[in-house]
Amino acid sequence: MIKQASPLLRMSGIKKSFDGVPVLKGIDLELAFGAVKGFVGGNGSGKSTTMNILGGVLKADAGRMELAGAPYDPAGPTDARTAGISFIHQELNLFPNLSVAENLSLEDYPRIGGQMGVIDWRAVRSRAGAALRSVGLSISPDVEVSSLTPGEQQLVEIAKALTADPKLIILDEPTTSLTSREIDRLFGIVRELRSRNIGIIYISHALADVREICDEIIVLREGVVTDEGDVHSMVTDRIVAGMVGRSLEQVFPRRRAPEARDTPPRLSVKGLSKRGTAKDIGFDIAPGEILGLCGLMGSGRTEVARMVFGLDGYDSGTVAVDGIPLRPRNPREAIKRGIAFLTEDRRVEGVHLQQSIVWNIPLVRLSKEGRALAWLDPSRLAAEASEIARRTNVKAASLEALVSTLSGGNQQKVVIAKWLTLSPSILILDEPTRGIDIGAKVEIYALIAELAEQGMSVLLISSENEELLGLSDRVVVLEQGEVREVIHRADDRFTEAGLTIASSAGGSGR
Amino acid sequence: MTLGNKSALIALRLTPVLVFVLIVAMFGTMAPRFLSLQNGILIVSNATHIAIIAMGMTFVLLIAGLDLSVGAAMYLSAVLIATFVPIANLPMAFAVAAAIGAVYGLVNGALIEYFRAPPFIVTLGTLFVGRGIGLWLSDTRTVFFPEAVLQFGRDRMFGIPASVLVLLVVFAAVSFILRYTAFGRGLYAIGSNRERALRAGVPVGRYVVLAYVACGMLATIGGVVSGSQVAAAGAGYGEQKEFWAIAAAVLGGTSLFGGRGRAFGAIFGAIMVETASNGLVMINADPYAYPIVVSAIILLAVAVDALKTRITQKLERRLIRPNDALA
Repeated sequence: MIKQASPLLRMSGIKKSFDGVPVLKGIDLELAFGAVKGFVGGNGSGKSTTMNILGGVLKADAGRMELAGAPYDPAGPTDARTAGISFIHQELNLFPNLSVAENLSLEDYPRIGGQMGVIDWRAVRSRAGAALRSVGLSISPDVEVSSLTPGEQQLVEIAKALTADPKLIILDEPTTSLTSREIDRLFGIVRELRSRNIGIIYISHALADVREICDEIIVLREGVVTDEGDVHSMVTDRIVAGMVGRSLEQVFPRRRAPEARDTPPRLSVKGLSKRGTAKDIGFDIAPGEILGLCGLMGSGRTEVARMVFGLDGYDSGTVAVDGIPLRPRNPREAIKRGIAFLTEDRRVEGVHLQQSIVWNIPLVRLSKEGRALAWLDPSRLAAEASEIARRTNVKAASLEALVSTLSGGNQQKVVIAKWLTLSPSILILDEPTRGIDIGAKVEIYALIAELAEQGMSVLLISSENEELLGLSDRVVVLEQGEVREVIHRADDRFTEAGLTIASSAGGSGR
Repeated sequence: MTLGNKSALIALRLTPVLVFVLIVAMFGTMAPRFLSLQNGILIVSNATHIAIIAMGMTFVLLIAGLDLSVGAAMYLSAVLIATFVPIANLPMAFAVAAAIGAVYGLVNGALIEYFRAPPFIVTLGTLFVGRGIGLWLSDTRTVFFPEAVLQFGRDRMFGIPASVLVLLVVFAAVSFILRYTAFGRGLYAIGSNRERALRAGVPVGRYVVLAYVACGMLATIGGVVSGSQVAAAGAGYGEQKEFWAIAAAVLGGTSLFGGRGRAFGAIFGAIMVETASNGLVMINADPYAYPIVVSAIILLAVAVDALKTRITQKLERRLIRPNDALA
């Protein structure tokens, strides 16, 4: 390895705020030529913001960056690419309907006869052949990307990045949908790139993977670098300690100690399996209990909820309410039997933004009453809606106000209110506080706790461990579509560190 | 990625070809004249204008767009030429028609791209506007095509109608554009994922407008070819051509969901539709049965397209447990 005077990348004092809220509070980061650096941190730690600044997607408010000793200040992603930085996003950017070769050349086709000439397909193919060899992929360049496995697609994406002859490659969660064999192959390529003096920043939640492939690890929390060191000194416990550590603030309502569970479960899930998605998932929820569902992105949290509610089918297993199984793939039956599902993306699925609050609230109720042409008494509906809006504490000038004019927290309350018209006995909440401010969060938390108090069974899905700990009686930890363990409130691992280890200490896929 | 899905996909791709073989075999046994060379040439010749319009439609279907106004563009260009342009020779007839079609397509493309209006509504609107202007200019009277065009309709080379030669020229040009130009390839990228195409540096706005221009041009060129066969354009000239053109393209494997399609598919589809109608005539079927039979074939093609898209998307989905999906 050639000794270089200055490091490949130096970021110093990088700061960034969104709407006055500081997200990065002075990040320092250094990367040597030919080094692989693990970049670790929980949700909202500032990882993606830092990488977006490096990749030219965002502009820093303060701080300096240097690339191979020269000042580096990209105006956009194109600048970053020309400067030699390739960003491989978790979501792949290939065109599935086009051939591998074409995907590799699409941004800059080789032409016969200059800039305006016709596409030189022979050059496209030979260029692709060379690029595929560089990642050790022995597929024909003529096959369509849609016919490749996710692992092969990932390698094509890397091959594409390499055609730009980068100095630095950012890999964001590259292993989430790869098989173990494909991961081994990916790691082989990362090592080979390292030996060619290319620097790599490796972002991942899978701590075992990070420890296997990286030379150094840097840990972020709330926009600050909390720990840093070489891979030998950064053992898992130390990484986790850097990721968590904040004590729970007084944002959560006091939960009553869960009563002795001699009551039969309200919701009972047994042996739920679906090839490629879930394996033998089982859990119970008692009346009045809040069960948290914990897991990394892509661990199958939402998929489980969708199966329970009947939006997706499953290969085997049962979902039973009060001991009586539900037919799979039948959300209407799930609703009839008292399940309510608040989706992850309320803007798309949960509410009609361009309609009023009173219009939105009775909506699910209408579908339950079934008969499409049944007479609906508008004044009765309005009265019920306003009663429920009061119970859920929706704050608006009037109930005629359009939902789009409400704050995120109040929109979420409208979604909850909508489902309460059915008086459900089981409430599935998928990321109920995503994208809303802390004040509104506190109110949503209070509402959830109160509903449980009244006897509702709640399945709470959240990527914020703090939220799961603050509200749940038990937390089910999912990994790769399997239940890894169930942690009780009384357990001494019922802490942020405990959940972080349980959900991310394992590698992906092995 | 399961084997079942993949073989289903292959079976679906072959469905239109199998249906075509079935149609030929069926009519061939019922009416021996159906299989004559004479009749074959007649079918191809009658399918020519639909094939040309369908190739134009392929440009907009590739970007998951739609053009319902192709028939109105045919009619309007026929009226404009008959009313205002003294046509001296055949190349001039094609050039003027193509220019009118280009302007028509430019209006469609500009409205769709710059106002972000749904293609369905925009082109439904320009369908009525275009036909309305045509009816107004012609006083709803039938207009006639110039002598040069009529002569072209009678011309043959080596026994092949001249219109088929025009079809081959258009086919070569469209295939070349779709395969060898950045514009053509850009359409496939836009149809697959507009956002990604933008990020990859494809000039999306310009290409979308150009796709509608190409569609308009081929619609009016197809109009001239059709005019050479029917000689006159009455108030209903070009009606329903949008349906046949879309049907032909989809039968030929072009997806209504964007990103997939080839020029040859449009020709195959047009010939297939024409073969079915021709066969029905040959066996003296009740004329009222024609639209039913042909529409049934088309609905089958659309269903096949939808299924193919669904399976492809399923294959592209990323898995949580990749290891056990391999098993």
